[in-house]
Amino acid sequence: MPNASYIVLIPLLPLAGFALLGLFGRRYIKGFAGVLGTSFVLVSTALALYVAWQYFSISLPQGHFKQTVPLNLNWLTFSPGLSIDMSIILDPISVMMIVVVTLISLLVHTFSLGYMKGETRYATYYAFLNLFTFSMLGLVLSGNLFETYIFWELVGCSSFLLIGFYFDRPTAVAAAKKAFIVTRFADLGFLVGILILSFHADTLDIHTLIQRLTQPGPQLTNITTASFLGISALSWGLVLVFVGGAGKSAMFPLHIWLPDAMEGPTPVSALIHAATMVVAGVYLVARLYPVYAHAGPAVLQVVLYVGALSALLAAIIACTQTDIKRVLAYSTMSQIGYMMFALGAHGYTASMFHLFTHAFFKALLFLCAGVIIHRVHSNEMKDMGALRKLLPLTHACFLIACLAISGIPPFSGFFSKEDILLAAWNSNKLVYAVGLFTSGLTAFYMFRLYFSVFWGRPTHEAGAHPGHHPETPFTEKLPLVILALGALSAGWIPFSRFVTADGKPEPAHGVSVFAIAPVALALIGIATAAYLYRKETERPQRAAAAFKGFYQFAYHKFYIDEVYTFITKKIIFNGIGRPAAWIDKNIVDGLMNLLATITARIAAGIKGIQSGKVQDYTLYFFAGIVGLAVLFIYLYT
Amino acid sequence: MNLSLLVLAPLITVVAVLFCRGRSSIRWVSLAGVTVQLILAFALLFLYWKERAAGNDSAMLFETRHTWFRALNIDYHLGVDGISVAMILLTAFVMEAAILVSWKIAPMTKEFFVLLHILSAGAYGFFLSLDLFTLFFFLEISVIPKFLLIGIWGSGKKEYSAMKLALMLMGGSALAFIGLLGVYYNTHTFDWPAISQIHLPLQAQRLWFPFLFTGFGIFTALFPFHTWVPDGHSSAPTAASMFLAGISMKLGSYGCLRVAVFLMPEAARIYSPVIILMATIAIVYGAFATMMQKDLKYMNAYSSISHCGFILLGIGMLTQTAITGAIIQMISHGLMTALFFAAIGMIYDRTHTRLVGQLGGLLKIMPFISTIFVLAGLCSLGLPGLSGFVAEITVFMGSWQHAGEWYRLATILACSSIVITAVYILRATGQTIMGPLKDTHYNGLGDAAWNERLAGILLTAGIVAIGIAPFWLSRLLTYKLN
Repeated sequence: MPNASYIVLIPLLPLAGFALLGLFGRRYIKGFAGVLGTSFVLVSTALALYVAWQYFSISLPQGHFKQTVPLNLNWLTFSPGLSIDMSIILDPISVMMIVVVTLISLLVHTFSLGYMKGETRYATYYAFLNLFTFSMLGLVLSGNLFETYIFWELVGCSSFLLIGFYFDRPTAVAAAKKAFIVTRFADLGFLVGILILSFHADTLDIHTLIQRLTQPGPQLTNITTASFLGISALSWGLVLVFVGGAGKSAMFPLHIWLPDAMEGPTPVSALIHAATMVVAGVYLVARLYPVYAHAGPAVLQVVLYVGALSALLAAIIACTQTDIKRVLAYSTMSQIGYMMFALGAHGYTASMFHLFTHAFFKALLFLCAGVIIHRVHSNEMKDMGALRKLLPLTHACFLIACLAISGIPPFSGFFSKEDILLAAWNSNKLVYAVGLFTSGLTAFYMFRLYFSVFWGRPTHEAGAHPGHHPETPFTEKLPLVILALGALSAGWIPFSRFVTADGKPEPAHGVSVFAIAPVALALIGIATAAYLYRKETERPQRAAAAFKGFYQFAYHKFYIDEVYTFITKKIIFNGIGRPAAWIDKNIVDGLMNLLATITARIAAGIKGIQSGKVQDYTLYFFAGIVGLAVLFIYLYT
Repeated sequence: MNLSLLVLAPLITVVAVLFCRGRSSIRWVSLAGVTVQLILAFALLFLYWKERAAGNDSAMLFETRHTWFRALNIDYHLGVDGISVAMILLTAFVMEAAILVSWKIAPMTKEFFVLLHILSAGAYGFFLSLDLFTLFFFLEISVIPKFLLIGIWGSGKKEYSAMKLALMLMGGSALAFIGLLGVYYNTHTFDWPAISQIHLPLQAQRLWFPFLFTGFGIFTALFPFHTWVPDGHSSAPTAASMFLAGISMKLGSYGCLRVAVFLMPEAARIYSPVIILMATIAIVYGAFATMMQKDLKYMNAYSSISHCGFILLGIGMLTQTAITGAIIQMISHGLMTALFFAAIGMIYDRTHTRLVGQLGGLLKIMPFISTIFVLAGLCSLGLPGLSGFVAEITVFMGSWQHAGEWYRLATILACSSIVITAVYILRATGQTIMGPLKDTHYNGLGDAAWNERLAGILLTAGIVAIGIAPFWLSRLLTYKLN
């Protein structure tokens, strides 16, 4: 069994890297900041792989993988039952996640060595990347609900810092702000969810919490009988926790931050906004999956429909976007939608499998996009074309990733997507149809991108210096090749032998007839894309014109951003904030000033009494005597 | 440990400063004085733990008592428990930083430092007092100098603000004093430990609790008596703002807790819905009002109203966890807001503006100041790893223990402020620190000097120490808190 002393090193090494680079990076170790940051993650990766090997290779005495807690440090105690402990949990999904996170992080660190070279804030960049890696590893390893929340916020913060890395660009600053605030709003749900669940379960420890909320006992009775607006406290808690997950995972309607987050450096998009952080929401639901599965169908239905809707809407929007990174962002949202609805359809293994394969091909797509963007100095697809000759390796890698995401056998996406669709078929036919249709759309928009970038007519920008400099440095090529191998072969892993909802290994099922429909649809999608975009023609315009109204609607992302702008600007700022500030200045403070004014007026009015004239005082004296006399006479008669 | 040392240290510093000549010697003597206080505060912490570890479990440690007015039963009576030790540490940290950022204060350098040291003597005395009259005496000491500090060295409409602040705080003291007299006429003593053993009649509690709570509450920006906060903080010179928001507001909440709630627990229970209501309003409404501020100091002052709402909320919820959270929030907010005001002051010293609209891209020219500004902001919005998070979640967890739909609603509303706080902090950061450089004149401006760096590092260290390892503070505070 893996032992704690080196497991803690996996997250702590990147933290050390962050501290070192953050404190001394700018001044003293700027030159080798990248190498330093990368080597910390390299050691972490090696350790993570070792832990995974140890964990999965043990014999299974009870026939299932156990959850173990090799570390538990008290951090903050609230009451005898409730305390935040820094604990580490090892179970199949956390072990799988540390491998994914460290591996992708390592590749992105390596890729950035060349890609970010010459940046003035090179050391800061690596400090932030290390901070992110630490937080993400903490998040996946945490065995305490509030500990999860802590790292959850920290990944949000590092994401903010990295999106706003080019801080002198107003668009980057706006995007960073938007990402933080939208996810913060969702985190409010997560926070209240934690309050509800932990209050009734009287624990924050995830393992105990799951036990108490799934097995009959006073806590379970308590939480199911307590209700608000006719919905049980358990459902409230779980739905609110899911809101937090939906915000981080860019589920509809909390997805608006993800496309804008593409303002960050492209390797960052690959790491944070494609492969790791954005799947944290899926991971969170998977972490509490026994409770979700046990709490009755209603809560999982929410997960199911939100996931399916996000998958479909994002795919439609992706078909109309022209910025290469935004297409990929919407595609990420769509693929996470798949993972989410797979969980909703009881496809725990399928969801985690897709999370695993998606990390490879999506990170690969983003890194390829980075190479392309560096070559043509633009994010717009219209500035790209016929790049397959200029960038042969990138072309091959991009093609592999496109085939993988489209679900073409034997690439990795095929296997995981097939599992998801199978789970959907067994659970809800409507969602199955949505998933099937979306897989066709996925193939279409991915190959639309592929053909527009690598085929068609060479553009002025791209062809300016043919053969002038080599495609990419070695540090960029290596991650591409490794990820391409992953995108190709990750699906061959018999995933259900390792990751299942109850920890019992299941034999991997073979390819079934269910595979025919999605593959056929994907091929149709690819063919359509080839017809429209392989050569520069009028066809795309005509196709867009055929769907005119709907095309515009989708092109403007269904105007969801406009709705949010209206809510924040018109309602929150002008409707609440401005009046609050005005009331404070004029009414509340006005009352205080009024009090002061009245006091001053009274003082001014009565100050004449103290005139210093003896005649006046005599007058008051006699008036007083007369007054008292009258009073006494009145009182005693 | 002789606790009078802590009161005497600033007073000795005052005398020493009075004898100094020249700016340089004044500030070095001042710095030496506050450094001695900081060392004393750490010594107190150390000795306190040593005493506790040795098994001394009396409620108050290191008590000293001298008869002051025998006829009225007034003693000079000092003593500490975990809460006071924490507050003493906070005061020492903030004062050290306040002296460091006032390095170049002019004119009337001597008077400035003298007033600042008198303030801190008042604060130390207040947190140490176990006699309600002594406590009140020290409270008053720490009010008057503020009037002068703002009126003389302030900016903007400083006379108005100084007057407003002094009058409202005096009003608060008057209310609190009425309450104290009420307690006195029921118990015939001002001695805090003695009164805490006596069960005050419910009728008296009902009558005097509002006086005490409102009186002290005004110091800690109790809605609707918070309006001195924005003007007062914004007009004050940097060091005074740091003291005001960092320590002075905590005098009020400490008084609410130590005097009003501890001595009259039944009345606290009766009035708790009102306190919670006012605190929730302060949190949410204060946060919304903050969102619309254009001046950085006004922004931080309004956000203090919102953050001090958490203190009152925690106190009002009356569960042990919530009260612990309230005290952590006192410490956390004290350090954080002092850091924020220090950063704003440094920016103002260089750019001569505090208007968000006129600033931009400061990260490029003053990376250190920008970094502490961002750290203070992140602490304010409750980022884990910094103290604000620890304080807020402890208050939330504690508040949630108070069952009942209305209390839950108040807690959720309070939680919602984490979003609003994020909005205003990120707006301010995005516009002032990030973004393109607004004014090319800013290009030649320098980053923080050594004294400013030291102040920033000191306060940041405090915030991070609580944020990363909150257990030491929570153990310090919860030792026999009942």
